[in-house]
Amino acid sequence: MELIFELGQEGRGLDLLPACDVEKVVLQAPKREKKMHLPHVSETELSRHYSRLEKRTHGVNDGFYPLGSCTMKYNPKVNEEMAALPGFTNVHPLAPVESVQGCLEVLYTLQEDLKEIAGMDHFTLQPAAGAHGEFTGLLLIKAYHKANGDEKRTKIIVPDSAHGTNPASAAMAGFDIVNIPSGEDGCVDVEALKKAVGEDTAGLMLTNPNTVGIFDKNILEITEIIHKSGGLCYYDGANLNAIMGQCRPGDMGFDVVHLNLHKTFSTPHGGGGPGSGPVGCKDLLAPFLPGCYAVKTEEGFEYEACEESIGSMRSFAGNFLVIVKALTYITTLGAEGIKEASQNAVLNANYMRVKLADAYDMAYDVTCMHEFVMTLEKKKKEIDITAMDIAKAMLDYGIHPPTMYFPLIVHEALMVEPTETETKEEMDHVIAVLHEIMEKAKKDPEYIKHSPHHTVIGRPDEVKAARTPVVAYTFE
Amino acid sequence: MGSYVPNKKAEQEAMLKEIGYQSFDDMFSVIPDSVKLKAPLHLPSGKSEFETANCIKKMAAKNKQYCGIFRGAGAYNHYIPSIVKQITSKEAFVTAYTPYQAEISQGILQSIFEYQTLICQLTGMDVSNASVYDGATAAAEACAMCKDRKKKTFFVSETVDPKILSVIKTYSFGSGCEVVMIPEKDGQTDLIKAKELMAGTGAASLLVQQPNYYGQIEDVRGAVAVAHEAGAKAIVSCNPFSLAVLETPAEAGADVAVGEAQPLGLPLAFGGPYIGFMACTQDMMRKLPGRIVGQTNDEEGNRAYVLTLQAREQHIRREKASSNICSNEALCAMTVAVYLGAMGEKGVTEVANQCVSKAHYLQKGLAEAGLTKKYDGEFFHEFVTCCKESAYELCDRLEEKGYLAGLPISEHELLWCATEMNTKEQMDDLIALVKEVVA
Amino acid sequence: MSTPTELKYSKTHEWVKEEGDVMVIGLTDFAQNELGDLVFVNLPEEGDEVEAGEAFGDVESVKAVSDVISPVSGEVCAINEDLLDNPAAINEDAYGAWLIKVKNVSDSEELMDASEYDKFCESEK
Repeated sequence: MELIFELGQEGRGLDLLPACDVEKVVLQAPKREKKMHLPHVSETELSRHYSRLEKRTHGVNDGFYPLGSCTMKYNPKVNEEMAALPGFTNVHPLAPVESVQGCLEVLYTLQEDLKEIAGMDHFTLQPAAGAHGEFTGLLLIKAYHKANGDEKRTKIIVPDSAHGTNPASAAMAGFDIVNIPSGEDGCVDVEALKKAVGEDTAGLMLTNPNTVGIFDKNILEITEIIHKSGGLCYYDGANLNAIMGQCRPGDMGFDVVHLNLHKTFSTPHGGGGPGSGPVGCKDLLAPFLPGCYAVKTEEGFEYEACEESIGSMRSFAGNFLVIVKALTYITTLGAEGIKEASQNAVLNANYMRVKLADAYDMAYDVTCMHEFVMTLEKKKKEIDITAMDIAKAMLDYGIHPPTMYFPLIVHEALMVEPTETETKEEMDHVIAVLHEIMEKAKKDPEYIKHSPHHTVIGRPDEVKAARTPVVAYTFE
Repeated sequence: MGSYVPNKKAEQEAMLKEIGYQSFDDMFSVIPDSVKLKAPLHLPSGKSEFETANCIKKMAAKNKQYCGIFRGAGAYNHYIPSIVKQITSKEAFVTAYTPYQAEISQGILQSIFEYQTLICQLTGMDVSNASVYDGATAAAEACAMCKDRKKKTFFVSETVDPKILSVIKTYSFGSGCEVVMIPEKDGQTDLIKAKELMAGTGAASLLVQQPNYYGQIEDVRGAVAVAHEAGAKAIVSCNPFSLAVLETPAEAGADVAVGEAQPLGLPLAFGGPYIGFMACTQDMMRKLPGRIVGQTNDEEGNRAYVLTLQAREQHIRREKASSNICSNEALCAMTVAVYLGAMGEKGVTEVANQCVSKAHYLQKGLAEAGLTKKYDGEFFHEFVTCCKESAYELCDRLEEKGYLAGLPISEHELLWCATEMNTKEQMDDLIALVKEVVA
Repeated sequence: MSTPTELKYSKTHEWVKEEGDVMVIGLTDFAQNELGDLVFVNLPEEGDEVEAGEAFGDVESVKAVSDVISPVSGEVCAINEDLLDNPAAINEDAYGAWLIKVKNVSDSEELMDASEYDKFCESEK
């Protein structure tokens, strides 16, 4: 289809602004010389252009979206309506504190709710995404060791099953990364961990349940090993949807945690953002928290900043409208609803795992939490069908594929996370489709290898895109 | 209790039995008792949608809505065309994930490609990424792009927004890089001092802001020359509307252009979500952090878009990635694209010109009312005034009349902003009020 | 493609060619085949020191990045700039598309000859 730049005519546009009602001032400073090519389209053309783009986009509203580790649950509409209230959208972030009491109440209430859910003593809502939260949490650890005169602690231990953001965040915070291998069961190899810790250990980054969807039952021993060595424990909250209301990172021995409001707390992903990655911590890290946070006083809500703060992670208080959506969600669910969500997230994952085990190899054939990992390693050898082929074949059925090729410790991985908001009928349908695809793959592998056949484009040439990058439209 | 779990209790129990569990407790026995919660979470009970909405609406109602906003300082009040909110509320755009599966994500991918093109058009640069969190993190990421094994010092002008500076310092605490300030002279970057300070230091970059925190128009071309002479990269953090009328960062010779794109269609929203744009020269393309969409074709030759140059990113390069950014502000990038599509070149230039004209009208009026202009240099749509009275008290008095005044940046100084949203009538009223208070 | 007998090979799949005092280093055909279509090459600068057993650069495919390990210690005296524009040359002719040249060689990893390397690759499959 056309790009917006290929539509319309020179001179076409919308009438949006009145004429200037004051004397026109012309600046003396050097002027822009080069023509600025912006679209010249009517409102009709603009509207239809984006309607066409919407038809070429698959959202959670379009169907099953079992993208492992991303928690693509249904995004409630009331959240959107609340975030669009003019009482929130029209507020200047630097308006006086008395005039923004409602916004501060939103921040304060969510901070309190997240403290309870994660078992932490403090929360900052400033980080704008999960990776941003990781970076924040690691800077807290760095500031803590620095304040203790313990600057020899330069190493962060990361299991090889971790999300790529973990080592990248640790590197941004100036740490060296120590990768430790996972055990046969996909969990932390406790003996390897014991060998890895020492006087240079700054901390450990972990997610539990881990990236293969298994709850690490040695968690208390693991966090104790780190604490005994003088390090701190960081919890990657990507997988909190499995355990909220069942257990808490704070009770597992974690000192600092980030949560993904756009995963666990139902705020939408917007095609890649905005997200929000609040960071919680125990008292020992509180003096270093970034930016401002909301506190409740007798007169109302106030801002407070920490004296030894690491500084700001971004401008202002955070992705506020995302925060409103998450608060709306938690208010709706309440204590029971949160537990019900994790129960069903885990039930749905296990249901699909058991029902698919006859056709697909499970990387770990044990009770999983909110997601499970299948491996096509054997099928690749037997019939030359890869994880990619299965994923692409699913597209023809209008089903979003699972996460492919992650975690790295499982070859030909497909990681399935159904979430709690899917019906049994929908899952039964997807299970049937996956069986059908595997049958087809055995009978007519060429057909599957060239999937998808019914999408608006076929498999794109990614090598060409990377070798000769075209990253903007060229105007004649 | 509100719930988005569709399967009813009986169905849940049947599913549990079907796959071999007696109960939820049985299934959750994989979590050791030692870490299990002994009591329910101390949270209020769940609510119906009706009750929840009332509860949140009550909070929104506690915020004051002003009849006139004269404050900017990094967050700007502009007109948002109706079509912008309508388009960006489309369910598929709102609820899609990052477009990893290109075949069913062409809509999102093309919208990002169009956004990248628009940012290149505005800044004049060759390459744009798909966005970062906000203008301040864009500036911090830009500094990080310029460092290498030998160059680890970032020079930043004192006239840069303090919020941006704070974020650069936080990021540098992580990377171990040094941040050195270039002093201000008469509200602008002191380029003579900059030259002295940077010579022979192994500087990685120089960052200036256009227009700067005080609204002053900087000599960007001069700053770029100073940076390049010192062997450093030149970064310009710019207000997007200034790009329509002032010399672009590319024309001035900059290596990286960044900024806060909130003014392009995003509401003030108490500070977020906003969106940081980042663009650079072709030479620096592979150092650009974050997602980038590229054009290619499918097997049949159809034009297609994909996430490209991914080997720069954290999910592949892990600890060696230049940044850890993963989620960005994709829906905000689409908002910016729809806004620019609605406004066109004519509309964007008109907004820029109205901002300048109205800010100058306001400044003159306030000067007549007794608030003197602090700096003599040329300004864009913000300016600083001095007064003998307390700036805070003046703000309070104007607030009583429904105006959000300029931002107090010291006991006796205010940083004002005017945009196309401020009518002559409103400004005249404000000026009259100031006259009363100051007299 | 046959493995050239005049070259030496490392366990991390780099080849080394002696040109007088200078060592020419590249990626083997086995390596390029495993990596798939290469889309970019990151090389050091002339004058940089490289150390035996340490990465001196990396090669990118669409969905992976792999370090290139130096089989020798010394100083980089030339880099193959053509590869920056045309990384596909490695896929097309692995033994023609050299990456760097190293002089003042002070140390070297244990290297294999062609037949040893062929056996080694067989065991890696």
